[in-house]
Amino acid sequence: MNKGLALQIWESLRRVAIGYTLAAVVGIGGGIAIGTNKLLFRACDPFFQILRTIPPLAWLPIALAAFRQVEPSSIFVIFVTAVWPVLINTAVGVQEVPQDYRNVARVLQLPRLQYFWTILLPSAAPYIFTGMRIAVGLSWLAIVAAEMLTGGVGIGFFIWDSYNSSRMSDLIVALIYVGVVGFVLDKAIYYLGKAVVQSDGT
Amino acid sequence: MFPKCELPSGPKFLEIDAVDRVFPTPQGPYVALQGIDLTIEPGEFICAIGHSGCGKSTLLNIVAGLDRASAGGVILEGKEVRGPGPDRMVVFQNHSLLPWLTVRQNIALGVNRVFAHLPKGERRQIVDEHIDMVHLRPAADKYPRELSGGMKQRVGIARALALRPKLLLLDEPFGALDALTRGRLQEQLMEICNHHQISAMMVTHDVDEALLLSDRIVMLTNGPAARIGQILTVDLPRPRERLTVVNHPAYYRMRGELVDFLNRQKARKQLQLARAKGLVRQRENLEKTTLDLGFIPLTDCAPLASPWKRVFFADQGLDVNLVRGTGWGRSPKI
Repeated sequence: MNKGLALQIWESLRRVAIGYTLAAVVGIGGGIAIGTNKLLFRACDPFFQILRTIPPLAWLPIALAAFRQVEPSSIFVIFVTAVWPVLINTAVGVQEVPQDYRNVARVLQLPRLQYFWTILLPSAAPYIFTGMRIAVGLSWLAIVAAEMLTGGVGIGFFIWDSYNSSRMSDLIVALIYVGVVGFVLDKAIYYLGKAVVQSDGT
Repeated sequence: MFPKCELPSGPKFLEIDAVDRVFPTPQGPYVALQGIDLTIEPGEFICAIGHSGCGKSTLLNIVAGLDRASAGGVILEGKEVRGPGPDRMVVFQNHSLLPWLTVRQNIALGVNRVFAHLPKGERRQIVDEHIDMVHLRPAADKYPRELSGGMKQRVGIARALALRPKLLLLDEPFGALDALTRGRLQEQLMEICNHHQISAMMVTHDVDEALLLSDRIVMLTNGPAARIGQILTVDLPRPRERLTVVNHPAYYRMRGELVDFLNRQKARKQLQLARAKGLVRQRENLEKTTLDLGFIPLTDCAPLASPWKRVFFADQGLDVNLVRGTGWGRSPKI
Protein backbone atom coordinates (compact mmCIF):
# COMPACT_ATOMS: atom_id res chain seq x y z
CA MET A 1 0.00 0.00 0.00
CA ASN A 2 2.46 2.59 -1.14
CA LYS A 3 0.56 4.28 -3.94
CA GLY A 4 -1.32 7.55 -3.66
CA LEU A 5 -4.98 8.12 -4.30
CA ALA A 6 -4.39 9.66 -7.69
CA LEU A 7 -2.46 6.62 -8.88
CA GLN A 8 -5.16 4.30 -7.57
CA ILE A 9 -7.81 6.25 -9.46
CA TRP A 10 -5.60 6.33 -12.53
CA GLU A 11 -5.31 2.56 -12.40
CA SER A 12 -9.11 2.18 -12.20
CA LEU A 13 -9.63 4.69 -14.97
CA ARG A 14 -7.23 2.79 -17.19
CA ARG A 15 -9.23 -0.40 -16.78
CA VAL A 16 -12.49 1.42 -17.38
CA ALA A 17 -11.03 3.05 -20.48
CA ILE A 18 -9.98 -0.28 -21.99
CA GLY A 19 -13.18 -2.12 -21.10
CA TYR A 20 -15.39 0.78 -22.08
CA THR A 21 -13.70 1.34 -25.42
CA LEU A 22 -14.05 -2.33 -26.25
CA ALA A 23 -17.70 -2.20 -25.24
CA ALA A 24 -18.35 0.90 -27.34
CA VAL A 25 -16.75 -0.65 -30.41
CA VAL A 26 -18.54 -3.97 -30.04
CA GLY A 27 -21.78 -2.32 -28.94
CA ILE A 28 -21.97 0.14 -31.82
CA GLY A 29 -20.87 -2.45 -34.39
CA GLY A 30 -23.22 -5.12 -33.08
CA GLY A 31 -26.03 -2.62 -32.62
CA ILE A 32 -25.82 -1.50 -36.22
CA ALA A 33 -25.73 -5.12 -37.38
CA ILE A 34 -28.80 -6.18 -35.45
CA GLY A 35 -30.56 -2.86 -36.04
CA THR A 36 -30.35 -3.16 -39.80
CA ASN A 37 -31.18 -6.84 -39.92
CA LYS A 38 -34.63 -7.66 -38.64
CA LEU A 39 -34.05 -11.39 -38.52
CA LEU A 40 -30.82 -11.01 -36.59
CA PHE A 41 -32.52 -8.62 -34.21
CA ARG A 42 -35.34 -11.02 -33.49
CA ALA A 43 -32.89 -13.86 -33.03
CA CYS A 44 -30.56 -12.00 -30.66
CA ASP A 45 -32.85 -9.68 -28.73
CA PRO A 46 -34.22 -12.26 -26.23
CA PHE A 47 -30.70 -13.30 -25.27
CA PHE A 48 -29.59 -9.70 -24.84
CA GLN A 49 -32.61 -8.95 -22.70
CA ILE A 50 -31.60 -11.77 -20.34
CA LEU A 51 -27.86 -11.18 -20.42
CA ARG A 52 -28.15 -7.50 -19.68
CA THR A 53 -30.00 -8.12 -16.43
CA ILE A 54 -27.15 -10.17 -14.97
CA PRO A 55 -25.42 -7.99 -12.37
CA PRO A 56 -21.84 -7.07 -13.31
CA LEU A 57 -20.29 -8.72 -10.31
CA ALA A 58 -21.92 -12.03 -11.12
CA TRP A 59 -19.62 -12.14 -14.14
CA LEU A 60 -16.50 -11.75 -12.02
CA PRO A 61 -16.03 -15.31 -10.80
CA ILE A 62 -16.53 -16.77 -14.26
CA ALA A 63 -14.10 -14.21 -15.66
CA LEU A 64 -11.53 -15.05 -13.01
CA ALA A 65 -11.97 -18.73 -13.73
CA ALA A 66 -11.50 -18.12 -17.43
CA PHE A 67 -8.65 -15.61 -17.41
CA ARG A 68 -6.95 -16.61 -14.13
CA GLN A 69 -5.72 -13.04 -13.79
CA VAL A 70 -7.11 -9.98 -12.10
CA GLU A 71 -6.45 -7.45 -14.86
CA PRO A 72 -8.31 -9.05 -17.79
CA SER A 73 -11.07 -10.18 -15.46
CA SER A 74 -11.89 -6.68 -14.27
CA ILE A 75 -11.67 -5.38 -17.83
CA PHE A 76 -14.09 -8.11 -18.87
CA VAL A 77 -16.51 -7.08 -16.14
CA ILE A 78 -16.40 -3.47 -17.37
CA PHE A 79 -16.92 -4.64 -20.92
CA VAL A 80 -19.90 -6.81 -20.12
CA THR A 81 -21.47 -4.04 -18.04
CA ALA A 82 -21.06 -1.35 -20.63
CA VAL A 83 -21.81 -3.27 -23.79
CA TRP A 84 -25.58 -3.79 -23.34
CA PRO A 85 -26.77 -0.20 -23.10
CA VAL A 86 -24.62 0.76 -26.09
CA LEU A 87 -25.72 -2.24 -28.12
CA ILE A 88 -29.42 -1.95 -27.43
CA ASN A 89 -29.53 1.82 -27.87
CA THR A 90 -27.63 1.65 -31.12
CA ALA A 91 -29.97 -1.03 -32.45
CA VAL A 92 -33.01 1.08 -31.57
CA GLY A 93 -31.43 4.21 -33.04
CA VAL A 94 -30.73 2.42 -36.29
CA GLN A 95 -34.27 1.08 -36.44
CA GLU A 96 -35.73 4.49 -35.72
CA VAL A 97 -34.19 6.32 -38.67
CA PRO A 98 -37.15 8.53 -39.62
CA GLN A 99 -39.05 7.51 -42.73
CA ASP A 100 -38.45 11.00 -44.16
CA TYR A 101 -34.70 10.50 -44.22
CA ARG A 102 -35.10 7.02 -45.68
CA ASN A 103 -37.29 8.49 -48.41
CA VAL A 104 -34.68 11.13 -49.21
CA ALA A 105 -32.07 8.39 -49.52
CA ARG A 106 -34.37 6.33 -51.72
CA VAL A 107 -35.20 9.19 -54.07
CA LEU A 108 -31.52 10.12 -54.39
CA GLN A 109 -30.66 6.43 -54.80
CA LEU A 110 -27.77 6.76 -52.37
CA PRO A 111 -25.41 3.78 -52.44
CA ARG A 112 -25.41 1.66 -49.28
CA LEU A 113 -22.10 2.91 -47.99
CA GLN A 114 -23.04 6.54 -48.43
CA TYR A 115 -26.43 5.87 -46.82
CA PHE A 116 -24.59 4.41 -43.86
CA TRP A 117 -22.27 7.39 -43.36
CA THR A 118 -24.55 10.29 -44.28
CA ILE A 119 -27.92 9.13 -43.01
CA LEU A 120 -27.92 6.07 -40.80
CA LEU A 121 -25.03 6.90 -38.49
CA PRO A 122 -25.83 10.60 -37.91
CA SER A 123 -29.47 9.76 -37.39
CA ALA A 124 -28.67 7.06 -34.82
CA ALA A 125 -25.99 9.17 -33.12
CA PRO A 126 -28.21 10.63 -30.38
CA TYR A 127 -29.28 7.12 -29.37
CA ILE A 128 -25.71 5.86 -29.47
CA PHE A 129 -24.51 8.65 -27.20
CA THR A 130 -27.36 8.08 -24.78
CA GLY A 131 -26.30 4.44 -24.56
CA MET A 132 -22.68 5.41 -24.09
CA ARG A 133 -23.56 7.82 -21.33
CA ILE A 134 -25.49 5.18 -19.44
CA ALA A 135 -22.63 2.75 -20.03
CA VAL A 136 -19.92 4.99 -18.65
CA GLY A 137 -21.83 5.44 -15.41
CA LEU A 138 -22.40 1.72 -15.07
CA SER A 139 -18.73 0.94 -15.78
CA TRP A 140 -17.59 3.24 -13.04
CA LEU A 141 -20.04 1.59 -10.63
CA ALA A 142 -18.81 -1.83 -11.65
CA ILE A 143 -15.08 -1.19 -11.44
CA VAL A 144 -15.22 -0.02 -7.83
CA ALA A 145 -17.13 -3.11 -6.81
CA ALA A 146 -14.96 -5.44 -8.86
CA GLU A 147 -11.73 -4.06 -7.43
CA MET A 148 -12.99 -4.55 -3.89
CA LEU A 149 -13.24 -8.24 -4.65
CA THR A 150 -10.14 -8.70 -6.74
CA GLY A 151 -7.72 -6.62 -4.68
CA GLY A 152 -4.32 -5.45 -5.87
CA VAL A 153 -4.59 -1.90 -7.13
CA GLY A 154 -7.43 0.45 -7.96
CA ILE A 155 -9.73 2.80 -6.12
CA GLY A 156 -12.12 0.04 -5.14
CA PHE A 157 -9.36 -1.88 -3.43
CA PHE A 158 -8.15 1.33 -1.80
CA ILE A 159 -11.56 1.84 -0.20
CA TRP A 160 -11.73 -1.73 1.03
CA ASP A 161 -8.18 -1.55 2.31
CA SER A 162 -8.89 1.71 4.15
CA TYR A 163 -11.83 0.04 5.83
CA ASN A 164 -9.77 -2.95 6.88
CA SER A 165 -7.07 -0.73 8.33
CA SER A 166 -9.66 1.55 9.94
CA ARG A 167 -8.49 4.63 8.05
CA MET A 168 -11.88 6.28 8.00
CA SER A 169 -10.67 9.65 6.73
CA ASP A 170 -9.03 8.00 3.70
CA LEU A 171 -12.22 6.12 3.08
CA ILE A 172 -14.32 9.26 3.00
CA VAL A 173 -11.86 11.13 0.81
CA ALA A 174 -11.82 8.17 -1.61
CA LEU A 175 -15.61 8.19 -1.81
CA ILE A 176 -15.61 11.86 -2.73
CA TYR A 177 -13.00 11.17 -5.39
CA VAL A 178 -15.07 8.33 -6.81
CA GLY A 179 -18.10 10.58 -6.98
CA VAL A 180 -16.26 13.43 -8.66
CA VAL A 181 -14.60 11.16 -11.21
CA GLY A 182 -17.92 9.51 -12.05
CA PHE A 183 -19.49 12.93 -12.54
CA VAL A 184 -16.65 14.06 -14.79
CA LEU A 185 -16.86 10.88 -16.89
CA ASP A 186 -20.59 11.34 -17.36
CA LYS A 187 -20.24 14.98 -18.37
CA ALA A 188 -17.35 14.18 -20.70
CA ILE A 189 -19.51 11.78 -22.70
CA TYR A 190 -22.40 14.25 -22.58
CA TYR A 191 -20.33 17.07 -24.07
CA LEU A 192 -18.71 14.74 -26.57
CA GLY A 193 -22.17 13.76 -27.73
CA LYS A 194 -23.30 17.37 -27.89
CA ALA A 195 -20.30 18.29 -30.01
CA VAL A 196 -20.78 15.40 -32.42
CA VAL A 197 -24.56 15.19 -32.77
CA GLN A 198 -26.39 17.68 -35.00
CA SER A 199 -30.05 17.42 -34.16
CA ASP A 200 -32.76 19.44 -35.81
CA GLY A 201 -33.44 21.23 -32.57
CA THR A 202 -37.19 20.76 -32.64
CA MET B 1 -63.14 11.82 -98.06
CA PHE B 2 -62.21 9.37 -95.37
CA PRO B 3 -63.34 10.13 -91.90
CA LYS B 4 -60.56 11.54 -89.84
CA CYS B 5 -59.34 9.08 -87.29
CA GLU B 6 -56.99 9.76 -84.48
CA LEU B 7 -53.64 8.09 -84.79
CA PRO B 8 -52.26 6.50 -81.67
CA SER B 9 -49.83 9.11 -80.51
CA GLY B 10 -46.34 8.35 -79.26
CA PRO B 11 -45.54 7.82 -75.63
CA LYS B 12 -46.90 10.54 -73.42
CA PHE B 13 -44.69 12.43 -70.99
CA LEU B 14 -46.29 10.91 -67.94
CA GLU B 15 -49.12 8.44 -67.88
CA ILE B 16 -50.88 7.27 -64.77
CA ASP B 17 -52.72 4.23 -65.98
CA ALA B 18 -55.59 2.63 -64.08
CA VAL B 19 -53.81 2.87 -60.75
CA ASP B 20 -55.38 1.13 -57.78
CA ARG B 21 -53.90 1.13 -54.31
CA VAL B 22 -55.18 -1.30 -51.72
CA PHE B 23 -53.79 -1.37 -48.19
CA PRO B 24 -54.15 -4.56 -46.21
CA THR B 25 -55.56 -3.85 -42.76
CA PRO B 26 -56.60 -6.14 -39.92
CA GLN B 27 -60.22 -5.37 -40.85
CA GLY B 28 -59.65 -6.51 -44.41
CA PRO B 29 -58.29 -4.72 -47.47
CA TYR B 30 -58.79 -0.96 -47.62
CA VAL B 31 -59.08 0.47 -51.13
CA ALA B 32 -57.45 3.90 -51.05
CA LEU B 33 -57.34 4.67 -54.75
CA GLN B 34 -59.33 3.13 -57.53
CA GLY B 35 -58.90 3.47 -61.27
CA ILE B 36 -56.82 6.64 -61.42
CA ASP B 37 -56.11 7.63 -65.04
CA LEU B 38 -54.19 10.78 -65.84
CA THR B 39 -51.73 12.01 -68.42
CA ILE B 40 -49.42 14.93 -67.87
CA GLU B 41 -47.91 16.96 -70.70
CA PRO B 42 -44.34 18.22 -70.55
CA GLY B 43 -44.11 21.59 -68.85
CA GLU B 44 -47.51 21.21 -67.28
CA PHE B 45 -48.25 22.03 -63.66
CA ILE B 46 -50.86 19.73 -62.18
CA CYS B 47 -52.45 20.06 -58.77
CA ALA B 48 -54.26 17.23 -57.05
CA ILE B 49 -56.81 18.56 -54.61
CA GLY B 50 -59.06 16.78 -52.17
CA HIS B 51 -59.90 16.44 -48.52
CA SER B 52 -57.38 15.08 -46.04
CA GLY B 53 -57.03 11.33 -46.20
CA CYS B 54 -58.45 11.03 -49.69
CA GLY B 55 -55.28 9.43 -50.99
CA LYS B 56 -53.73 12.33 -52.89
CA SER B 57 -50.39 11.90 -51.14
CA THR B 58 -50.57 8.17 -51.86
CA LEU B 59 -50.99 8.99 -55.53
CA LEU B 60 -47.98 11.29 -55.42
CA ASN B 61 -45.91 8.63 -53.67
CA ILE B 62 -46.84 6.13 -56.35
CA VAL B 63 -45.65 8.54 -59.05
CA ALA B 64 -42.49 9.15 -57.01
CA GLY B 65 -41.95 5.41 -56.77
CA LEU B 66 -41.92 5.50 -52.97
CA ASP B 67 -45.09 3.43 -52.98
CA ARG B 68 -46.22 0.76 -55.45
CA ALA B 69 -49.60 0.66 -57.10
CA SER B 70 -51.58 -2.49 -56.33
CA ALA B 71 -52.78 -2.53 -59.93
CA GLY B 72 -52.04 -0.37 -62.94
CA GLY B 73 -48.88 1.61 -63.30
CA VAL B 74 -47.10 4.85 -64.00
CA ILE B 75 -45.16 5.45 -67.20
CA LEU B 76 -42.68 8.28 -67.47
CA GLU B 77 -41.44 8.98 -71.01
CA GLY B 78 -42.25 5.45 -72.11
CA LYS B 79 -40.61 3.74 -69.15
CA GLU B 80 -42.47 2.20 -66.27
CA VAL B 81 -41.80 3.69 -62.86
CA ARG B 82 -40.52 0.87 -60.70
CA GLY B 83 -38.89 2.73 -57.86
CA PRO B 84 -37.88 6.13 -56.62
CA GLY B 85 -35.29 8.10 -58.56
CA PRO B 86 -33.84 11.59 -58.82
CA ASP B 87 -35.65 12.19 -62.13
CA ARG B 88 -38.83 12.49 -60.03
CA MET B 89 -37.49 14.48 -57.12
CA VAL B 90 -39.90 15.12 -54.29
CA VAL B 91 -40.36 18.24 -52.17
CA PHE B 92 -41.55 16.67 -48.95
CA GLN B 93 -44.30 18.03 -46.76
CA ASN B 94 -42.03 18.49 -43.74
CA HIS B 95 -38.97 19.58 -45.74
CA SER B 96 -37.00 16.43 -44.72
CA LEU B 97 -33.66 18.20 -44.66
CA LEU B 98 -30.90 16.28 -42.97
CA PRO B 99 -30.27 18.20 -39.73
CA TRP B 100 -26.60 17.27 -39.55
CA LEU B 101 -25.81 18.83 -42.94
CA THR B 102 -25.68 22.52 -43.80
CA VAL B 103 -27.92 24.00 -46.47
CA ARG B 104 -25.11 23.69 -49.00
CA GLN B 105 -24.35 20.09 -48.01
CA ASN B 106 -28.01 19.14 -48.15
CA ILE B 107 -28.26 20.37 -51.72
CA ALA B 108 -24.85 18.99 -52.66
CA LEU B 109 -25.78 15.50 -51.45
CA GLY B 110 -28.11 15.00 -54.38
CA VAL B 111 -26.07 17.02 -56.86
CA ASN B 112 -22.93 14.98 -56.22
CA ARG B 113 -24.96 11.84 -56.66
CA VAL B 114 -26.75 12.79 -59.88
CA PHE B 115 -23.96 14.76 -61.55
CA ALA B 116 -21.14 12.48 -60.44
CA HIS B 117 -19.71 12.66 -63.95
CA LEU B 118 -19.20 16.45 -63.79
CA PRO B 119 -16.02 18.00 -62.36
CA LYS B 120 -16.13 19.29 -58.80
CA GLY B 121 -16.18 22.97 -59.74
CA GLU B 122 -19.18 22.55 -61.97
CA ARG B 123 -21.11 20.67 -59.30
CA ARG B 124 -20.36 23.42 -56.84
CA GLN B 125 -21.63 25.92 -59.35
CA ILE B 126 -24.92 24.04 -59.69
CA VAL B 127 -25.33 24.08 -55.93
CA ASP B 128 -24.57 27.81 -55.69
CA GLU B 129 -26.89 28.60 -58.55
CA HIS B 130 -29.79 26.90 -56.80
CA ILE B 131 -29.02 28.49 -53.46
CA ASP B 132 -29.26 31.83 -55.23
CA MET B 133 -32.43 30.77 -57.00
CA VAL B 134 -34.24 30.56 -53.66
CA HIS B 135 -32.36 33.58 -52.30
CA LEU B 136 -30.57 31.74 -49.52
CA ARG B 137 -27.00 32.84 -50.17
CA PRO B 138 -26.57 34.32 -46.64
CA ALA B 139 -27.79 31.07 -45.05
CA ALA B 140 -25.81 28.69 -47.25
CA ASP B 141 -23.59 27.42 -44.47
CA LYS B 142 -26.20 27.28 -41.74
CA TYR B 143 -27.78 24.16 -40.33
CA PRO B 144 -31.51 23.57 -40.88
CA ARG B 145 -32.32 24.19 -37.21
CA GLU B 146 -31.06 27.76 -37.64
CA LEU B 147 -33.58 28.44 -40.42
CA SER B 148 -37.24 29.41 -40.33
CA GLY B 149 -39.90 27.06 -41.68
CA GLY B 150 -40.19 28.96 -44.95
CA MET B 151 -36.43 28.95 -45.48
CA LYS B 152 -36.27 25.20 -44.85
CA GLN B 153 -38.95 24.61 -47.44
CA ARG B 154 -37.04 26.81 -49.89
CA VAL B 155 -33.99 24.64 -49.33
CA GLY B 156 -36.20 21.62 -50.01
CA ILE B 157 -37.28 23.16 -53.31
CA ALA B 158 -33.71 24.10 -54.23
CA ARG B 159 -32.51 20.59 -53.39
CA ALA B 160 -35.17 19.13 -55.66
CA LEU B 161 -34.64 21.53 -58.55
CA ALA B 162 -30.85 21.23 -58.44
CA LEU B 163 -31.17 17.67 -59.71
CA ARG B 164 -33.00 18.92 -62.83
CA PRO B 165 -35.81 16.40 -62.37
CA LYS B 166 -38.00 15.55 -65.33
CA LEU B 167 -40.98 15.86 -63.03
CA LEU B 168 -41.07 17.80 -59.80
CA LEU B 169 -43.33 16.32 -57.14
CA LEU B 170 -44.57 18.50 -54.31
CA ASP B 171 -46.41 17.04 -51.35
CA GLU B 172 -48.28 19.91 -49.67
CA PRO B 173 -45.04 21.85 -49.55
CA PHE B 174 -46.49 24.99 -48.01
CA GLY B 175 -49.01 23.36 -45.69
CA ALA B 176 -47.11 24.09 -42.49
CA LEU B 177 -46.25 27.71 -43.28
CA ASP B 178 -47.92 30.95 -42.27
CA ALA B 179 -50.04 32.73 -44.89
CA LEU B 180 -47.53 35.46 -45.78
CA THR B 181 -44.62 33.08 -46.25
CA ARG B 182 -46.83 30.72 -48.18
CA GLY B 183 -47.86 33.43 -50.62
CA ARG B 184 -44.29 34.51 -51.20
CA LEU B 185 -43.11 30.95 -51.76
CA GLN B 186 -45.97 30.26 -54.16
CA GLU B 187 -44.87 33.20 -56.27
CA GLN B 188 -41.25 32.11 -56.20
CA LEU B 189 -42.14 28.57 -57.15
CA MET B 190 -44.36 29.77 -59.96
CA GLU B 191 -41.63 32.03 -61.28
CA ILE B 192 -39.06 29.22 -61.20
CA CYS B 193 -41.43 26.78 -62.88
CA ASN B 194 -42.34 29.25 -65.62
CA HIS B 195 -38.77 30.23 -66.21
CA HIS B 196 -37.39 26.70 -66.42
CA GLN B 197 -40.44 25.06 -68.01
CA ILE B 198 -40.70 22.54 -65.19
CA SER B 199 -43.31 19.83 -65.21
CA ALA B 200 -44.73 19.42 -61.77
CA MET B 201 -47.36 17.61 -59.83
CA MET B 202 -48.41 19.05 -56.52
CA VAL B 203 -50.72 17.87 -53.79
CA THR B 204 -52.61 20.52 -51.87
CA HIS B 205 -55.88 21.25 -50.17
CA ASP B 206 -55.66 24.98 -50.70
CA VAL B 207 -58.04 26.04 -53.48
CA ASP B 208 -56.36 29.40 -54.18
CA GLU B 209 -52.92 27.84 -54.25
CA ALA B 210 -54.11 25.32 -56.80
CA LEU B 211 -55.69 27.99 -58.99
CA LEU B 212 -52.63 30.21 -58.88
CA LEU B 213 -50.11 27.55 -59.79
CA SER B 214 -51.83 24.94 -61.96
CA ASP B 215 -52.55 24.40 -65.57
CA ARG B 216 -54.99 21.70 -64.58
CA ILE B 217 -56.51 20.77 -61.26
CA VAL B 218 -57.37 17.17 -60.57
CA MET B 219 -60.12 16.79 -57.98
CA LEU B 220 -60.13 13.57 -56.04
CA THR B 221 -63.25 12.18 -54.42
CA ASN B 222 -63.20 11.14 -50.80
CA GLY B 223 -61.88 7.74 -49.91
CA PRO B 224 -62.31 4.86 -49.60
CA ALA B 225 -61.85 4.04 -53.29
CA ALA B 226 -61.00 7.62 -54.20
CA ARG B 227 -61.02 8.38 -57.88
CA ILE B 228 -60.71 11.44 -60.07
CA GLY B 229 -64.00 13.25 -59.73
CA GLN B 230 -63.36 16.15 -62.08
CA ILE B 231 -60.51 17.82 -63.91
CA LEU B 232 -60.54 21.59 -64.15
CA THR B 233 -58.44 23.31 -66.80
CA VAL B 234 -57.17 26.60 -65.47
CA ASP B 235 -56.79 28.82 -68.51
CA LEU B 236 -55.79 31.97 -66.66
CA PRO B 237 -53.11 33.74 -68.68
CA ARG B 238 -49.50 33.47 -67.56
CA PRO B 239 -47.49 34.99 -66.04
CA ARG B 240 -49.88 35.14 -63.15
CA GLU B 241 -49.63 37.25 -60.07
CA ARG B 242 -51.14 36.34 -56.78
CA LEU B 243 -52.87 39.68 -56.27
CA THR B 244 -54.14 40.30 -59.80
CA VAL B 245 -55.16 36.80 -60.77
CA VAL B 246 -58.27 37.10 -58.60
CA ASN B 247 -59.54 39.91 -60.83
CA HIS B 248 -59.75 37.68 -63.86
CA PRO B 249 -63.41 37.23 -64.82
CA ALA B 250 -63.13 33.44 -64.83
CA TYR B 251 -61.37 33.17 -61.47
CA TYR B 252 -64.38 33.02 -59.21
CA ARG B 253 -66.27 30.69 -61.52
CA MET B 254 -63.40 28.21 -61.30
CA ARG B 255 -62.93 28.77 -57.61
CA GLY B 256 -66.64 28.18 -57.12
CA GLU B 257 -66.41 24.95 -59.06
CA LEU B 258 -63.59 23.69 -56.86
CA VAL B 259 -65.20 24.70 -53.60
CA ASP B 260 -68.49 23.24 -54.70
CA PHE B 261 -66.82 19.93 -55.52
CA LEU B 262 -65.07 19.82 -52.18
CA ASN B 263 -68.26 20.71 -50.33
CA ARG B 264 -70.16 17.97 -52.09
CA GLN B 265 -67.45 15.50 -51.13
CA LYS B 266 -67.65 16.66 -47.57
CA ALA B 267 -71.42 16.35 -47.49
CA ARG B 268 -71.17 12.85 -48.93
CA LYS B 269 -68.64 11.90 -46.30
CA GLN B 270 -70.84 13.19 -43.52
CA LEU B 271 -73.81 11.31 -44.88
CA GLN B 272 -71.74 8.13 -45.02
CA LEU B 273 -70.54 8.65 -41.47
CA ALA B 274 -74.05 9.34 -40.27
CA ARG B 275 -75.31 6.20 -41.99
CA ALA B 276 -72.56 4.16 -40.45
CA LYS B 277 -73.51 5.44 -37.03
CA GLY B 278 -77.16 4.65 -37.72
CA LEU B 279 -78.25 8.27 -37.38
CA VAL B 280 -80.12 8.36 -40.64
CA ARG B 281 -82.67 5.65 -40.15
CA GLN B 282 -85.83 7.27 -41.20
CA ARG B 283 -88.22 4.67 -39.95
CA GLU B 284 -87.57 5.45 -36.29
CA ASN B 285 -88.77 8.96 -36.99
CA LEU B 286 -91.94 7.95 -38.76
CA GLU B 287 -95.04 8.55 -36.78
CA LYS B 288 -96.88 5.82 -38.54
CA THR B 289 -95.37 2.50 -39.40
CA THR B 290 -98.49 1.14 -40.94
CA LEU B 291 -99.17 2.74 -44.28
CA ASP B 292 -102.05 2.41 -46.63
CA LEU B 293 -100.95 3.03 -50.19
CA GLY B 294 -103.59 3.34 -52.82
CA PHE B 295 -103.17 1.96 -56.33
CA ILE B 296 -105.22 1.58 -59.42
CA PRO B 297 -105.09 -1.89 -60.86
CA LEU B 298 -103.50 -2.47 -64.26
CA THR B 299 -101.95 0.98 -64.39
CA ASP B 300 -98.61 2.00 -62.90
CA CYS B 301 -98.92 -0.02 -59.77
CA ALA B 302 -95.86 -2.17 -60.45
CA PRO B 303 -93.38 0.06 -58.52
CA LEU B 304 -95.50 -0.53 -55.44
CA ALA B 305 -96.78 -4.00 -56.03
CA SER B 306 -93.53 -5.75 -56.79
CA PRO B 307 -91.61 -4.56 -53.71
CA TRP B 308 -94.65 -5.36 -51.66
CA LYS B 309 -94.72 -8.89 -53.07
CA ARG B 310 -91.03 -9.25 -52.29
CA VAL B 311 -91.59 -8.02 -48.73
CA PHE B 312 -89.12 -5.16 -49.15
CA PHE B 313 -91.30 -2.88 -47.11
CA ALA B 314 -91.42 -5.33 -44.27
CA ASP B 315 -87.64 -5.58 -44.38
CA GLN B 316 -87.48 -1.87 -43.71
CA GLY B 317 -89.86 -2.21 -40.78
CA LEU B 318 -92.80 -0.73 -42.60
CA ASP B 319 -96.18 -2.34 -42.54
CA VAL B 320 -97.67 -1.47 -45.90
CA ASN B 321 -101.14 -2.22 -47.07
CA LEU B 322 -101.88 -1.82 -50.71
CA VAL B 323 -105.38 -0.48 -51.19
CA ARG B 324 -107.13 -0.91 -54.44
CA GLY B 325 -108.60 2.36 -55.64
CA THR B 326 -111.13 3.05 -58.30
CA GLY B 327 -110.01 6.35 -59.71
CA TRP B 328 -107.53 9.21 -59.27
CA GLY B 329 -109.76 10.88 -56.81
CA ARG B 330 -109.00 10.82 -53.14
CA SER B 331 -109.81 7.39 -51.85
CA PRO B 332 -112.19 7.50 -48.94
CA LYS B 333 -110.38 4.71 -47.17
CA ILE B 334 -107.04 6.46 -46.91
